[in-house]
Amino acid sequence: MNRQIGRLFGFFVLLFAVLIAATSWSSVLGARGLQDNPHNRRPLLQAERIPRGLILARDGTKLAINHRVGGGETLRYFRSYPTGSLFSHAVGYSFVSRGDAGLEKSFNRELTGQENEFKSLVDQLGGGTKDGDDLHTTLDPNAQRTAISALGGQRGSIVALDPSSGAIRVMYSYPNYDPNQIPNHYQQLNSDPSSPLFNRATQARYPPGSSFKVVTAAAALDSHRYTPDSLISGQNNKIISGVPLQNDGGANFGTISLTDGLTHSVNTVFGEVGEKLGKDTMYKYMSRFGFGSRLGLDLPSGEITPSGVFKGQRLLGSGDAVDIGRVAIGQERLQVTPLQMALVAAAVGNGGTLMEPRLVDRVVASDGTVRETFNPKVRSQVMSGGSASALAQMMSKVVQEGTGTASALSGIQVAGKTGTAEVAGGTSNQAWFIAFAPVDHPRVAIAATVERTSGQGGTVAAPIAKQVMETLLHG
Amino acid sequence: MSARNRELFGLLPVSLLVTAGFTAVLITRSRDINKVTITYGAIFLGACVFGHIFIRARLPDADPYLFPLCALLAAFGLVEIYRISPHRALGQAVWFGIGLALFCATILFLRDLRSLERYRYTIAAVGIGILLAPRLPGVGRVTNGAYLGVGIGPVQFQPTEFSKLAIIIFLASYLSETRDVLVRGRLLRLSLKHFGPMLVVWVLAMLMLVVIRDLGSAIMFFGGFLALLYVATSRMSLVLAGTALFAGGAAYLAQHVPHVHDRVESWLHPFKPSLVDGKAYQVAQGVFAQADGGLFGRGFGQSLLEITKGHPIIPAAHTDLIFAVIVNELGLFGGAAIIVIALIFVARGFKTATLATDGFAKLLATGLTAVFALQVFVIVGGVTRVIPLTGVTLPFVSYGGSSLVANFILLALLLMVSDRARRDPAAARGGLV
Repeated sequence: MNRQIGRLFGFFVLLFAVLIAATSWSSVLGARGLQDNPHNRRPLLQAERIPRGLILARDGTKLAINHRVGGGETLRYFRSYPTGSLFSHAVGYSFVSRGDAGLEKSFNRELTGQENEFKSLVDQLGGGTKDGDDLHTTLDPNAQRTAISALGGQRGSIVALDPSSGAIRVMYSYPNYDPNQIPNHYQQLNSDPSSPLFNRATQARYPPGSSFKVVTAAAALDSHRYTPDSLISGQNNKIISGVPLQNDGGANFGTISLTDGLTHSVNTVFGEVGEKLGKDTMYKYMSRFGFGSRLGLDLPSGEITPSGVFKGQRLLGSGDAVDIGRVAIGQERLQVTPLQMALVAAAVGNGGTLMEPRLVDRVVASDGTVRETFNPKVRSQVMSGGSASALAQMMSKVVQEGTGTASALSGIQVAGKTGTAEVAGGTSNQAWFIAFAPVDHPRVAIAATVERTSGQGGTVAAPIAKQVMETLLHG
Repeated sequence: MSARNRELFGLLPVSLLVTAGFTAVLITRSRDINKVTITYGAIFLGACVFGHIFIRARLPDADPYLFPLCALLAAFGLVEIYRISPHRALGQAVWFGIGLALFCATILFLRDLRSLERYRYTIAAVGIGILLAPRLPGVGRVTNGAYLGVGIGPVQFQPTEFSKLAIIIFLASYLSETRDVLVRGRLLRLSLKHFGPMLVVWVLAMLMLVVIRDLGSAIMFFGGFLALLYVATSRMSLVLAGTALFAGGAAYLAQHVPHVHDRVESWLHPFKPSLVDGKAYQVAQGVFAQADGGLFGRGFGQSLLEITKGHPIIPAAHTDLIFAVIVNELGLFGGAAIIVIALIFVARGFKTATLATDGFAKLLATGLTAVFALQVFVIVGGVTRVIPLTGVTLPFVSYGGSSLVANFILLALLLMVSDRARRDPAAARGGLV
């Protein structure tokens, strides 16, 4: 019988090998699939047990903190946002019940301390609980408060940044929300027709109106087809792309310089420039400014919309049928985000170099060690330094004597451009102002826009931009 | 080194595991648990040393590895149970002591294994009787739809744990006597003499499916029977016929006994939306817990057990699903360690069977070892989705008095076979005095 016992043992060795294989499958080989299974609540419950890192403003103000609930085995941490709606869209929220958004989402790994596999393994062996790392952002609460009061409850958005580093100081979108309300009022916020959860600064597709003429001017100068003094006819009803084009208020200008065309925002001048430059040149410069891309901003990619010429949800390329003469003056089906327009101003202000925009400066561990620093990064060389400084001079004339005088600051030279796009069948306007200051050494670039206003870019948006720039430059 | 000294050394890893495990749990959960609880580990280690001394005195020639292997499994279990619920760890340590007492009692009072043969029909009748007891009004207890428990007042026990011993004792005795008849006849002549016993056991197994509704127990019992039948007759054809009969019967009943059907459905489709938060919840949470463990696990005391205070994420974490919690905390390495320890125990059990000189002792050791191995396979296989999950304990690891006591008796019988077999063959022939 001993031989049979031996064979029986062999059979059990096989059975137990199957058990080890099955355990390997459920614990290691198939673990990823099981972890991602939508019915598996463990990853979420575990996330609640980790104290997330703090999110801090540039001046150290705490934008996101934790509070503890329960203790011991059932200790859980919940997010709380001491500044409420101040930076709702940039900071976002993180709740197990409702998911996450904003920096809370794009920096989730760092905030939960998972960015370093080795570290978590060491922590595990040591039996310690891992803490999340803190985010030090570039956001400026004072300037953001100025933005809030300047926009004064009108729908719209303001984005301001340091053109030399890409560091975003102000990101405001109204209507906004209090992230502390997310757990209990998410449905209500999500179905609100004014879309408070929507980050207009990076997601709205607004017609840019004449503020886009800065892009056309950059293409004109840098392609060496025009100089600031090139003379172009500013006659009303000039034929552009086969259709007569009107100037604002039907104004008739004689043959004027490109500089004067920008100062007085003459549509027919820039319509002709765009048409002469052609689609390829216009698209080349648009793409250097970041159009058609998500701009490299450190928010979740789902919260950033590219700017460009749209047909429905589709971005049109230079191969598509596009009326480039009207794109050149910010019409046609051109749609832009406030962030994109702020970057247009920033690129001109920074000598033609576009820096990558960013909200986070560094990631710091709870013990004070800096885990990661995000140094300023060049995104593209949009134009030569010469073209940029010529364009800067043209834009400062807009503020000195043109449509943007309402943004003038005492003692500081501002360069800017207004924009007023008719919306809702011409019954109301999308008002724009983009600017940078001081002209000779810019420390701030800004885009301010107001939805559905009866005013103009120069009367509504320029004063808002002025107040925010003032705070950033003096305060 | 003498066998008994090897056994004593075998207890070293046990004490290391218990000390390290209790310390780790105490450190990570110092907010929730009291330092006094560390004495549960001391009770357990004291019992282990006592067990060793008893074996040294009464069964000096028995296999030196069987007892430390069981103690090692029990140590894993105790630490995990301590981690899940400190007051249950006290219960488990006490039950370990009681199990050990019955282990000693078995060795002291049974004296000669051959006396078991004399009472084989009584033993079989009692074994089957208690198996059916959970269906009796008043004493029966239902666990998750299966009739696996008997309760008289506050005292509860799991009859399957004991009846597996009774049935193995009966079959070993019966087959050691009739194996000659079974081996001799030509198989083509399908006489009742050949297939009669098999049919009886098959009917019993099918009845288990219908009456106590537990597929796992049925696999354990019928598998144990087939193992014995194979070793006794060397007839693979009988084993294949038996397997076919069982598979056919089980497949039919799985469709018609509602509880068994649910278990099969939860096994095949645990993540189906209609099942995942209901009937398949335990299966799904079991594999989710393992997936959370990975290669090295989260560490003693680190796994997620409760959603909120008093709401466990895994039902029956300390009994049926303890393997999932072990993989969660100790990873694939911890899980594989349990399986390998059980396999070494099985190897030593079969080794004991090969050394035994008389037919009954050989078959008894084979049967006990096989039923132990099958029990490990049924529960670990259930938790890892090799087979449908059923309510069987992981021997020596799971929380539960019945399981510990019954498996201690199993160990006592194995050690008795081993002691006699390894003693001087001449003395063995003369029997125990």
